[in-house]
Amino acid sequence: MTERERVEADEAKAPPEADPRIAGEKHPVARMIGIGLLASLVGIAITLSIDWFPANASTSATKIDNLYDVLLICSVPVFVLVMTIAIYSVVRFRAKPGDMGDGPPIHGNTRLEIVWVTIPFIMVTTLAIYGWITLDDIEAKQKNEMVVNVTGQQFTWTFEYPSEKLETKELVLPVNRPIEFKIRSKDVIHSFWVPQFRLKSDAVPGLTTKIRVTPDKVGNYEAVCAELCGLGHSTMRQFVRVVPARAFQTWISDQKKAAGGGGGGGAPNAEQIFNSVGCSGCHTLAAAGATAKVGPNLGKLGDVDAKFIRTSIEDPNANVTKGYKPNIMPQDFKTKLSKEEIDALVKYLLGSQE
Amino acid sequence: MTLTKRLLAPGWYRAALGISLGFGLGTGIVVVIRALYGWDPIVDWDAIITVGALIGAPLGWLVGIGCFDYWFRWASGAPTIPEDHSGHGAYSWRDYFRVNTDHKVIGIQYICTTFFFFIAGGLMAMVMRAELAQPGTQFVDPNTFNGLFSVHASLMIFLFIIPVFAGIANFVIPLMIGAPDMAFPRLNALSYWMLPAAGVMMLCSFVAPGGAFATGWTAYAPLSTDTPLGQQFFTLGVQFAGASSIATALNFLVTIITMRAPGMTFWRMPLLVWANFTTSLLVVIATPFIAGSQFFVLLDRTVGTHFFDPGQGGDVIMYQHVFWFYSHPAVYIMMLPGFGIISEVISTHARKPVFGYRMMAFSLVAIVILGFTVWAHHMFVSGMQSWVRIPMMITTMLIAVPTGIKIFSWLATLWRGVIHLRTPMLFALGFITMFTLGGISGIMLAVVPFDIHVSDTYFIVAHIHYVLFGGSVFTIFAGIYHWFPKMTGRMYDESLGRLHFWLSFIFFNLTFGPMHFVGIDGMPRRVADYAEQYATWNAIISISAFIFGASFLIFLYNIIASWRHGPAAEGNPWRAHSIEWQVSSPPPVFNFDEVPTVVGGPYEYGVPGAVHAVFKEKEPAAAGAGAVPTPAGGGGAPPPVDQ
Repeated sequence: MTERERVEADEAKAPPEADPRIAGEKHPVARMIGIGLLASLVGIAITLSIDWFPANASTSATKIDNLYDVLLICSVPVFVLVMTIAIYSVVRFRAKPGDMGDGPPIHGNTRLEIVWVTIPFIMVTTLAIYGWITLDDIEAKQKNEMVVNVTGQQFTWTFEYPSEKLETKELVLPVNRPIEFKIRSKDVIHSFWVPQFRLKSDAVPGLTTKIRVTPDKVGNYEAVCAELCGLGHSTMRQFVRVVPARAFQTWISDQKKAAGGGGGGGAPNAEQIFNSVGCSGCHTLAAAGATAKVGPNLGKLGDVDAKFIRTSIEDPNANVTKGYKPNIMPQDFKTKLSKEEIDALVKYLLGSQE
Repeated sequence: MTLTKRLLAPGWYRAALGISLGFGLGTGIVVVIRALYGWDPIVDWDAIITVGALIGAPLGWLVGIGCFDYWFRWASGAPTIPEDHSGHGAYSWRDYFRVNTDHKVIGIQYICTTFFFFIAGGLMAMVMRAELAQPGTQFVDPNTFNGLFSVHASLMIFLFIIPVFAGIANFVIPLMIGAPDMAFPRLNALSYWMLPAAGVMMLCSFVAPGGAFATGWTAYAPLSTDTPLGQQFFTLGVQFAGASSIATALNFLVTIITMRAPGMTFWRMPLLVWANFTTSLLVVIATPFIAGSQFFVLLDRTVGTHFFDPGQGGDVIMYQHVFWFYSHPAVYIMMLPGFGIISEVISTHARKPVFGYRMMAFSLVAIVILGFTVWAHHMFVSGMQSWVRIPMMITTMLIAVPTGIKIFSWLATLWRGVIHLRTPMLFALGFITMFTLGGISGIMLAVVPFDIHVSDTYFIVAHIHYVLFGGSVFTIFAGIYHWFPKMTGRMYDESLGRLHFWLSFIFFNLTFGPMHFVGIDGMPRRVADYAEQYATWNAIISISAFIFGASFLIFLYNIIASWRHGPAAEGNPWRAHSIEWQVSSPPPVFNFDEVPTVVGGPYEYGVPGAVHAVFKEKEPAAAGAGAVPTPAGGGGAPPPVDQ
């Protein structure tokens, strides 16, 4: 007997009408479809009414939120279908105490199996096409793009506006202006993510990755590192402001003035170094506005001299403060920073004791 | 026994000696090489720990405990000691602590060991949830926190889910196919004994200078090539776990291909056998890739190669490709055996043949093939070639089709069955519910634009726990309850089992459900601290997690108390058709005195007079005995007294 014949024989042997447990019910399947439809509608209404996303602050955000709504609308009926059949079966076909019988020997149903291969296939293919279109849409090149270079390092972001020759720690963007972020990393992999824009991309050492964003809502957001990058990963969050175009120009010229004034003497700016090479990712220092608690508070070192501070930067394991562990602080600052930069840091830290 | 004799006979004394000798040898190699090169310092502890403690000591331990005795004699031309099978069976709890070649003993060894690491990993999760209950730092510093989630995931994946399935299969598969043991019993023992070495190594990383490995179980380079010594405990621990996994998979493949009972064609194999057959294919093809990826990391760290150093021509993304080429198939390695368990449990406890048996088997094969074509969906935001994202999205979504076939077929099996809501069945139903949810969020993640937003967030944490806990671990619980009578010869307590199910089902959802919300709302994963706005949800998640964790204690109590004092189990308490239920509980030491002959499909419930297999002497009786064949122990040896 072929599979087909066997299956048909099974069905002939065990017609649903013969099952006393559903014989009283005229159309069990129709009833389940009814319950399923109702439950799906309720489910879709509930899931769509939930406010899932953070604020919507870019043109891509709208497209991604819509895509998610479509995914919800497709998913709820699938889940409801599975649950309806499972619950209905358990309620209706649960064994009575002492029932030692077996169910009917139904081995399969080719038609049904073709249906549940075909329908999911069509569903996922359609969703994939929709996803592809959306992806092309949000990554399309825009006119009048402004390039912003983003550099990640443990545990801080640096933003550079090449057209303005300006480098900052705060990301400020003009509203409604397409931005192309060029993302790089100095050490390990980071991931640049502004949840309100919905877009992220890893910052990969040795590569330049890109994302395009058009912010369309003025507001204060955060750039978050999404890829585990070490000890201070959870502190790697920086402010992002989307401002009106005119405010952006004012901010640019203010920043330029400040940078011009500070860098005039040629000596490295120790506070800037403190914040940019990652010290502030782990240490508290009131003078620099740093509040991290991974390492000791550098504003309360007690009775120490310049030599101690220098040794602690160049060879962190030489003196480990009680209550902290060795090998946690990076040991390559001696090579990463120039002699002048370390000199400046030592002087700055010595002067910042509370 | 004199001390000398003890030190020469396989066992724990010689194992201790082996550890010392292995460590000494490793140390010697390091010191001699460094002295020859004139490197300073000659005694370099990082190198000594790597070569001595992480390579030499575990190998010495394996030799000492007795895994290689037979092979060493054979290789050196010495007369081998003929196998008299005196080591088969376990007659006291002590027998579980020595090298044993009996697949049933090894199965129990596997299951108990892996549950030990499950508890260790679970406790780490509890500490993490305590830390995350409110924003800020309360209990552990960020370095320890990063270590906790890394070791948690590594233990759960490499020391629990993957090997516990190997343990269940070890016990059940030879019985199911009517074989006296696995094809390579000594290799089977070696596979098991490599596991504790890997697990202890990962746990010990907490005492390494600089703390445990803290780069996640993914160990992305170049972070992993740049962190303290603890990382090497992962890099090398994975080698032992991986080698164990590959050896077991080979063993299953050979066993299933060559040792089936007469009449057991491929199309008469129970679906658990199919599931382990396909899983083993995945393991032998994919696992060498993670071994490779971790060797690259080890070489970058220890001998100064530049695989992942872009400044020296290395390629950072390459790590992720090699890593995920294993680690995506690994998701199916952790799921397919569970699919097999669910097929057994549902058909047995719903008293119906598995609906669409052949399609169930074909869909396993389809998942194996498709499983190798989707790895880069973990890398949509990694900066790889952007065109690759589209084919990977499509193949990922296509896997939903064979997976859907399985879900729908299980539902159709339930339909019009005679459903006994015993604990294994409850876990199977819970599995269907949560795996469907995990599958749906998987489809969402496959859609690239949505994934760009939620990758590396708590949405991923939610998804992975829905498929690996609500999915895999629920099937493990179903399997343990289902075969508990067979393994121990005793019945577990049904009401405690149900209580365990309901508590874990409810609090699982309350723990991991809300993670979808915080993830989409913008909370990244793997963070020791988070923004104030996620505080409420995290508090709820933590409280649910504690109750969820506590529900496991009920399971533990039930299993331990029932194993010691539970009522004796009959050979076939579930009136199942597959062969393992036709022998006594626990089975005779050599499984079958009479080789069974397979005469029909494994799930012929409801077919009058149908049996799956017969034992020769019982043949006439079984053929006419109606729907339920009498438990035919083949007059086997009395069950070992191991309580």
